[in-house]
Amino acid sequence: MLLSVKDLRTWFELRRYGFVRVGHVRALDGVSFDLKPGEAVAVVGESGCGKSTLAKTILGLEPPTAGEVRFDGRNLGKPTRELLRWYRARVGYVQQDPYGALPPFMSVKRILEEPLIINGVKDRHERQRRIYEALTQLKLTPVEDFLNKYPHMLSGGQQQRVVIARAKILEPKLIVADEPVSMLDASVRVEILQLLRELQREYELAVIYITHDLSTVRYFSERIFVMYGGKIIEQAQMEDLLADPKHPYTEALLRAIPDPHPKNAETMREVPPGEPPSLLNPPLGCRFHPRCSKMIEGLCDQTEPPEVDLGDQHIVGCWLYTDQQS
Amino acid sequence: MSRFWNTAKQLAHYPSAVVGLLIILGLVVLALYCLFTIPYSEAIRLWRGGEDIWGDYPKNAMPAWVNIFPGVDVPVTIKVDSAETPETKDVGEFQDGMRVTTIDLAFDYRHGDFPAEVSIFFTSTFESSRPFISAVWLTPDGREIRIADEAIGRTHSMRLSGNRTLQRRLGNQPAEVGFFLDPNSGDQQTALKGRYILRISAITFEESSAVDAKLVVYGKAHGLAGTDDRRRDLMVALLWGAPIALAFGFLAAVGTTVTTMLIAAVGVWFGGWVDFVIQRLTEINLVLPLLPILIMVGTFYSRSIWIMLGCVIVFGIFSSGIKTYRSMFLQVKESPYIEAARAYGASNFRIIFVYMIPRIIPVLVPQFVTLIPSYVFLEATLSVLGLGDPVLPTWGKVLSAANSQGALYKGYYYWVLEPSVLLMLTGLGFAMLGFALDRVFNPRLRGQ
Repeated sequence: MLLSVKDLRTWFELRRYGFVRVGHVRALDGVSFDLKPGEAVAVVGESGCGKSTLAKTILGLEPPTAGEVRFDGRNLGKPTRELLRWYRARVGYVQQDPYGALPPFMSVKRILEEPLIINGVKDRHERQRRIYEALTQLKLTPVEDFLNKYPHMLSGGQQQRVVIARAKILEPKLIVADEPVSMLDASVRVEILQLLRELQREYELAVIYITHDLSTVRYFSERIFVMYGGKIIEQAQMEDLLADPKHPYTEALLRAIPDPHPKNAETMREVPPGEPPSLLNPPLGCRFHPRCSKMIEGLCDQTEPPEVDLGDQHIVGCWLYTDQQS
Repeated sequence: MSRFWNTAKQLAHYPSAVVGLLIILGLVVLALYCLFTIPYSEAIRLWRGGEDIWGDYPKNAMPAWVNIFPGVDVPVTIKVDSAETPETKDVGEFQDGMRVTTIDLAFDYRHGDFPAEVSIFFTSTFESSRPFISAVWLTPDGREIRIADEAIGRTHSMRLSGNRTLQRRLGNQPAEVGFFLDPNSGDQQTALKGRYILRISAITFEESSAVDAKLVVYGKAHGLAGTDDRRRDLMVALLWGAPIALAFGFLAAVGTTVTTMLIAAVGVWFGGWVDFVIQRLTEINLVLPLLPILIMVGTFYSRSIWIMLGCVIVFGIFSSGIKTYRSMFLQVKESPYIEAARAYGASNFRIIFVYMIPRIIPVLVPQFVTLIPSYVFLEATLSVLGLGDPVLPTWGKVLSAANSQGALYKGYYYWVLEPSVLLMLTGLGFAMLGFALDRVFNPRLRGQ
């Protein structure tokens, strides 16, 4: 396993008055999954379900409250400076807002040089070579035209490609892409995703692709994790999940994908009623039960559902399927 | 480097920036010129010098350029020295144990106004017998006025303007009026124009004994800047004020802004107790009054300009700037690019120096430029309060001297105006450049 996450919890303290603690926002509340080298997974879910916190916790930007992250067999629980250096040179990060992710006062060349300098690539020619290679791969050619440009001189798509080049320049084993195309024009989204996909295949990169947009998932991943209320409620192979969603929430999500067909112009889509759950005081039992149409009184609102393994890597956290456990 | 030229190009669009830059450039050139022509030790020697250096300069003279205005005719100083022009001297033969030397110090006087003072300075060499001189004043219309007959020492000054005997002899008029008065001018006393001669007959009693005389007719105007009550040429102080003012302003501004920004950045990045300590220190320092503290230091410890500079910087570190920079850094800290830098392993100090500080430099530069003159004014304020550096000539000290001599009541307007104009020019130059820089670096201000 490249990355193995076990029962990961990241809670944010709301406010502390001396020793009095008001409460916690449970952004991540018990997430477990495994990732093989070279595997691409998508994490989907509505806003506020903990997707970005998952990304930041995996990257070591937010310290986890509990649980375990293992990378290449090493535990990143309380990392030493050395371990963190080693880890960060092997993990790339692609953010949502490409303009904000690039220091506005640095040229493209400098932006790409920074990770190399920090991670001890001392030889100037070697750095130069890797910058050229990265820019060429991301089709920012001719390279000379881009080296001395500042981020504000680039289009959104170009900026995002620089961000990906920066994430990739250290030749990582894993890239965490947090909504990499949600701020881009629809016209360049597919292009960026295909580039990312190419990189992933060519370098056996594992990619965690975080998105709220199920329609872009098809381009990308082999597996899908569906998050709700700080938990992964369903994970499965992409084809499997899209064809046969088990969890009521996943069903609702799939139904909500817009389909530009004339006959749909007049129909209203059915969406789950209510609001996303409060992460401050999550509902007892299954977190989706207040909005679920198939809720079982006395069970779903009392006890948290178990993770039911339906076989073929399809795992769902729902009481409806406990009898189908394989 | 290309960013620098870009900024320069953009600045060229603002006339105020160009004018401001020219003023600053002028001041810098002035400062450099002055550093090279009048070295530091020489400046101090000149400014602290007395009669030995400034004896030939008029007292409280206005600048000589007032004469370019029509109808203004202010006499300038005339100096005739027999040691420098030997042809004025007629040395007789040594006979009967004595020698007669005649010195004719002649000059043309072309002003209607009277000079300020008249003095004669003698130098003589002898072994035991002092030379004896008699001096006579010859006017252009042929009158002869006897001045004095007396024995002189090795150096001898005759300040004729203060000489009571001579005053009585001239009909109760001081020498500078009596010597030059046109007898036909009536009540409206005017000076007689023409060639005046001071004739000195010196009798020496030794073979090797010699006498030289120097006549100084002090004018009422001198040089480009005029002189003060101690006959010092104000130009020395005005020139030397430039490098001191610029150095003080620049060092104080650098010392405070750089440290303030650094401390604010460190506090924001590390947060927690570091930030807490910095914030509380700032709040305490903000209520401490700077000027009274400086006055105390000046009164009880030292008035040296370097000590003052040190105090200004020390008390300027935890200033309100910390709060301003902190608010900017708090915003920068949350930028995604900082998060990205952490993700690829940038260290704390790299983040502070390479990622946070460059982000607010654009805000810092204009503030820095406008801060310089405020420290220049602070130095002048201290000098006016009598806490200027005891040895260095500065603009503030010229103002202070003018104030204590009541220059404005006595009509010595130039004494106050000259340093004030220089101070205002400094402020204006930096302010104009600063405002333009602000617009270049912060485009939101443009077009308002």
